[in-house]
Formats: sequence, C-alpha cells, structure tokens
Amino acid sequence: MVKVVDGRLVEHPILKFNRGKEVTIYFNGKPIKAYEGETVAAALYASGVRIFSRSFRWHRPRGFFCAIGKCSACMMEVDGIPNVRTCKVYVRDGMQIKTQSGFPNAEKDFFGVMDKLIDRIFPHGSQYTKFNNKIFREMLISRLRSFAGFGNAPKVEFSGNADYEEIECDVLVIGGGPAGMSAAINAGKYGAKVLLIDENPNLGGQLVKQTHRFFGSAKHRAGTRGIKIAKILEEELRKIPNVDIRLETKAFGIYGKIVGAVEKSKLLRIIPKKIVVVTGAYERTLIFENNDLPGVYGAGGVQTLMNVYGIKPGNRGLIVGSGNVGLILSYQLLQAGVEVAAIVEAMPRIGGYFVHAAKVRRLGVPIYVRHTIIRAIGKDHVRGAVIAQLDDKWRPIPGSEKKIDCDFICVAVGLSPTHELLYQAGCKMKFVPELGGLVPLRTKFNETSVEGIYVAGDVAGIEEATSAIMNGRIAGIHAVIALGLGGEMAKKELKESLRDLEEFRAGPFGERIICGIEKCILAKEVEI
Amino acid sequence: MKYLERGYAELDELPPFPSEERLKKKPVAYIECPQPIPCSPCYEACPANAIKMENINDPPVVNYEKCTGCMNCIRVCPGLAIFMLRLREDGKGEVTLQYELLPWLKKGDKVELLNRKGEVVGIGIVNWVLPPERNDQTSLVRVEMDTKLIYEVRAVRKVKE
Ligand SMILES: Cc1cc2nc3c(=O)[nH]c(=O)nc-3n(C[C@H](O)[C@H](O)[C@H](O)COP(=O)(O)OP(=O)(O)OC[C@H]3O[C@@H](n4cnc5c(N)ncnc54)[C@H](O)[C@@H]3O)c2cc1C
Ligand code: SF4
Ligand code: SF4
Ligand code: FES
Repeated sequence: MVKVVDGRLVEHPILKFNRGKEVTIYFNGKPIKAYEGETVAAALYASGVRIFSRSFRWHRPRGFFCAIGKCSACMMEVDGIPNVRTCKVYVRDGMQIKTQSGFPNAEKDFFGVMDKLIDRIFPHGSQYTKFNNKIFREMLISRLRSFAGFGNAPKVEFSGNADYEEIECDVLVIGGGPAGMSAAINAGKYGAKVLLIDENPNLGGQLVKQTHRFFGSAKHRAGTRGIKIAKILEEELRKIPNVDIRLETKAFGIYGKIVGAVEKSKLLRIIPKKIVVVTGAYERTLIFENNDLPGVYGAGGVQTLMNVYGIKPGNRGLIVGSGNVGLILSYQLLQAGVEVAAIVEAMPRIGGYFVHAAKVRRLGVPIYVRHTIIRAIGKDHVRGAVIAQLDDKWRPIPGSEKKIDCDFICVAVGLSPTHELLYQAGCKMKFVPELGGLVPLRTKFNETSVEGIYVAGDVAGIEEATSAIMNGRIAGIHAVIALGLGGEMAKKELKESLRDLEEFRAGPFGERIICGIEKCILAKEVEI
Repeated sequence: MKYLERGYAELDELPPFPSEERLKKKPVAYIECPQPIPCSPCYEACPANAIKMENINDPPVVNYEKCTGCMNCIRVCPGLAIFMLRLREDGKGEVTLQYELLPWLKKGDKVELLNRKGEVVGIGIVNWVLPPERNDQTSLVRVEMDTKLIYEVRAVRKVKE
C-alpha cells in the first residue's frame, strides 16, 4: 500500500513530492494546514473538503472538476476578492478563503433544500418555458439570479497605479506546453526574438502530470516519461538567450497587431510580428444523472491533484472512457495506491492503445465496453455509480444495470481545443469531430487564415504530445522563415519536420487525424 | 482486433512462442504488442537487430534466434508489453517483467502470479531485481515459477505477510 498522511501521498513509485513550508489557511474561518506550492483547491481537498461551491439557482453542491482553471466550479472568495478560481491560486500563510453562494457557507447550505423541494414543482430550467407572460418571466429570472448571487463585490479598492509594459518581439508564443516550448525553441534557435507566455507558474502544460513513458521513436524521446520530456524541453528553451519566458501571464485578446496579456498584476501590451497560439485543450464532460455531484471529476483534474500535488483523490474510482487518457489515468491511480473499480466505454471496443489497456487489465481492472454510466449515487458526494450495457442503437439495455462501489468518478471522454483566442482574432474556424471540435483552418505549415497567426498542439486538433512537439517545430520554423531568418538551414529543417510528422501519422491512429486535417486545410499554400 | 473488446489478448492473437529448445538456452524476449501504434523504442534499443519493424507503426516481431536476451528492449518499453521468458535446466520457469508499483519487490519476495486477465494462477518467488533507481523508476523483476505458467503470467503482486 502507498503511504498517505493528511490526504497526501508520502511515497510514490515514480514521483517525489517536495512540499514547501507548512502554512495555515482559513476556510470559512476554520484553520487548515497546507504546504507552499499547493493550490488552495488542492490543500482544501487534502483536508477533506469536497463541496467547493453551490450551483447558482438550486444550490446543488459542486466540487472541483478540471483543476486547471477552466470550469469555474471551484470559485471562492479569497482575501476579499470574489470569484477566484481556487485551483489556480497558491496558498499563502494566513489566507482567508470563503465559499460563496451558500448560507451560511457552501458546505452546509440551508438553501440546499431548494434542490430537493423545488424540482418536484418547478423542474430545473422551467422558468424559461413555464411562463408565457414575458414580463413576469423576466422578473422571475432576474429574482432567481439575484437570489443565487455571484459572490460579493470586493472590499479592496483599486489603488490607482497599475503596472504596464510594452514588449516588441518577433514571435510571441501563447502557451508553454510541449507545442509552445517546441515552437519557441525552434524560432529562437534561428535568432528570432521570442516571447513565450503561460498562465501557469511552470512550463510544461499537460506534460507535468504524465508520469508514464511516452510512445514514439527514440528520436522523439520515446521511452522517456512525460514529466521528464517537459524538463528536457524547458532546459533546451532556457539555454536560448533570445527567448524571454513570462509565467503566470495570461493572454486575453488579440487585437490586430497587438496582444493583450496580464502578467500577475501587470498589464502587457505585446507587439509581435508573428503569433503562435498553442493554448492546448480542456476536458469535456458527459451528460448523466448527477454528473455535477462532488466526486465527479475530469480525468485531467484527478491527474493534476494526484501527480502534481501528490494528493490522494479517493479510495476507489470509476473511469468513464477508455481512450489513452482514461487508460493511463487508471494505471496512475493504481500506482498511487488507489483502487480502480472499472473502466466503462460506450464504444464496442477500447479507444486507446491496447498495451495501455493490457497493463491495467492484468492487474485486475475490469473493462466494460458497450457500457455507459447511467447515474452517480450520493447526496453531497459520490458514493457509487450505476452503469448499464448499451444496445447497438446506444440505448441502455433494461435489466443490465450494475451498481459500482466507488467514491469518485473520472470522466475521460475527450478534450476540446481551447480555441477562444483564435476565434476572437478572426481566424476561420470549422467544426471537425476528428480533431475534437472547433479548430482553425490552417496551411500545412500551421498558419491560420489570419496571416502571421500560427497554431500547433491540441488547440489545432486533439492529438498527443509527440505530434504537438513536431507541429510546434513546424510553426516556429515557418514563422522565422517568413521573417526572413534562418536561411537555407531553416528551409531544409522545415521540410524534414514535415516528413517526420507524416511518418509518425502513418498508422491507423494517425489516419483519423489526417482525415480531420484534410477537412480544415487552407487552400492558400505559402511555398517556401 | 477482438483483444480491443477485452483488454487482454488470447493466444491466437499473440505471436507464436519461442520453441522449448530456444527457451532452454537462455532468456528470450516475448512481445505482446499486436496493435499498430506509433512506437518503436524496443526496435531502436535492440543491439542484435532481433526486432523487425519496417515502419514506426508496425507491431514488433522478434527473431528468437537472433535475440541474445540482453534486456535492452524491456528496459524502455512504454507499453509494459515485453516479457523475458526462460525454461531452466532444473525444471523451473522464469518470467522477467517491468514493475512500477509500491511496495518495490526484492530478491526472495513471494508474489502472487497474475495472468493477462488479472486472475491469480499461482505463487512465485522473485529471484532477481533491477532496482527502480537504476532504470528511471521502472524496476525489472525476474520471477521463478512452474514451467507451464511462463506462457500466461504477466503481472505479479506481493503476497501480504
Ligand atoms: C488529461 C490529459 C492526459 C494526457 N495524457 C497524454 C499521454 O499520456 N500521452 C500523450 O502523448 N499525450 C497525452 N495527453 C495529451 C498531451 O498532453 C497533449 O496533447 C499535449 O500536452 C498538447 O500540448 P499543447 O502544448 O498543445 O497543450 P498543453 O500541454 O495543454 O499546453 C497549453 C498551455 O497553454 C497555456 N495557456 C492556455 N491558454 C492560455 C492563455 N490564454 N494565455 C497564456 N497561456 C495559456 C496553458 O496554461 C498550458 O500550459 C494528455 C492530455 C490531457 C489533457
Ligand atoms: S532482449 Fe536484447 S536482443 Fe532480445 S529483442 Fe530485446 S533488445 Fe533485442
Ligand atoms: S516499445 Fe513496447 S509498446 Fe512500443 S512497439 Fe515496442 S513492444 Fe510495443
Ligand atoms: S476552474 Fe478550478 S476546478 Fe475547474
């Protein structure tokens, strides 16, 4: 068994958790032990807090979901500032954290009774359809909204001297995951002045929670663990003096030739010649009864909690989805000493690599294909789930229901590109199911319909880290060539990198991606 | 591709086993990686050119006669899909496998033997270990067992004392 103290793993077969100094934070007035380097959400979870907020209208309990700042389920008031995503804020000694939208707090919310009573007479969403009188309906909706609340306005006042900086650069890379680091390395090594920004306090994107050895070829660092690949890329990147790295810096808009970003509390006005948008992806959720119950988490959220912060997510989990993320997560849970009750998959066969499935199957984890989750069981936290078999029209077969004992459920049903910046910048977008959703049209060199804006990695289409690195390389090199840098060397390398990618995608897993890319390839072909 | 419906492969979906004669000579790599995936570190690690793979998406095929049993491939396989098999003179069999769980195993440990479906099929003894710190946290564990079990044991679990 893996040893756990205060909800935290103190040993792990692969990882070493170096916790910072012990601090005390206050949660609704109650002192809670935490370690520097932990997010507020992680520290609260370790101390046993499961309800992070209440839904606006019916005061249903909500736990965290994504743990990477994308879903808003973890918003609380922190040191007087409302609506702070606690999964993105690091603990500080003496920090005051309060839940919002609940009386007296989100954990024991008297209004929680609403959810139980009102649904019988006034089903969820019916305020939009039940009343024909428009004035009455709008009044009711506005009453409901004000009752629900969005937290209280902060008591802190603006001091009147905001920091501001203007930065000019050749290539701006938005996102420091594998695709972003690779784009920055490859643009930087040919002499471009590169600025790389990431909203996280560390580089690596999704790689920082991938404890397993990667696939691919040795040239693409196969056999090396994801966490190590992140370190290798970072080292390479930090060696290039003309690359400026700004962490905790979030881009919020692309306005023609100007990009707006916030670095901690400083406003940045960035004027780049080329932009590479490599913002990754966020997790999808799935519709089933009680899917908002605390204990229903995104697979990546659980990976973050467990592999980045070393916090045990629960004792026994159910995994929904058998793509590589679901399969790998199952194995990682076993490594952290957490039982995996089962993996359910709606398709008639496992979606990820067979070898990943075989790894957990031989350790006794059942995999149910053609099954889905029907509902989560529990009042304020998951205490089990019901799964059922599906017929060939995807309907649950009556009588096939099975109850699964578990105390958390991981939804691993795929990712969607974080495409907002591209959309806002005016890039032509298209819905391509093979690539995970709405993606930008792009040339084979990864330039979008807006000249000078490039994409790579998951935001261009959900794939995986090796191809994200290859695509980042293509975007980075093409950007420098377009700037007139790099000469023949760069042109040669660009051709080589296209060939590499083609070879990598030659198998059946790549087929789907290629088919998706064909649907969004831009006719405009910039030859080099 | 029935194995994708189950999560484990049946014998008819796996490569033929090395001959008994070969298994008696020295350990040999047996690879359970039937699906075309973009992965090739086993092929790249093999100094004896014993693994055939024309393209990165091809499943690896081992030439048992060329395999020297050097274990380079099993050290790096990200799929935990390689097993070193051996039949000893004294009538015992041995399987070497990758192990990345706690508690770490030591020489002399008694382990439950699990088949591809996770069923316990016997008890074995660990007789050699490459410690995790010597191989980027993937330990290699050699387990002694009844000869017929080497064809099905694919995981081990420490017996609780
Ligand atoms: C849960 C999960 C498990 C995975 N498991 C595997 C695996 O086992 N093997 C594998 O090969 N691949 C795996 N992947 C896929 C792989 O991690 C991704 O394909 C790869 O990380 C994509 O790289 P990226 O650089 O495009 O995006 P990411 O790694 O997601 O990086 C995007 C970065 O952009 C930053 N960002 C986003 N918006 C902004 C903004 N507005 N301003 C500033 N910064 C911003 C984010 O903070 C993040 O750091 C997994 C992905 C997920 C989500
Ligand atoms: S054990 Fe050595 S010789 Fe045999 S296949 Fe593996 S790497 Fe090649
Ligand atoms: S390294 Fe392992 S997973 Fe990769 S192809 Fe070889 S046997 Fe298969
Ligand atoms: S935003 Fe914090 S859990 Fe999703």
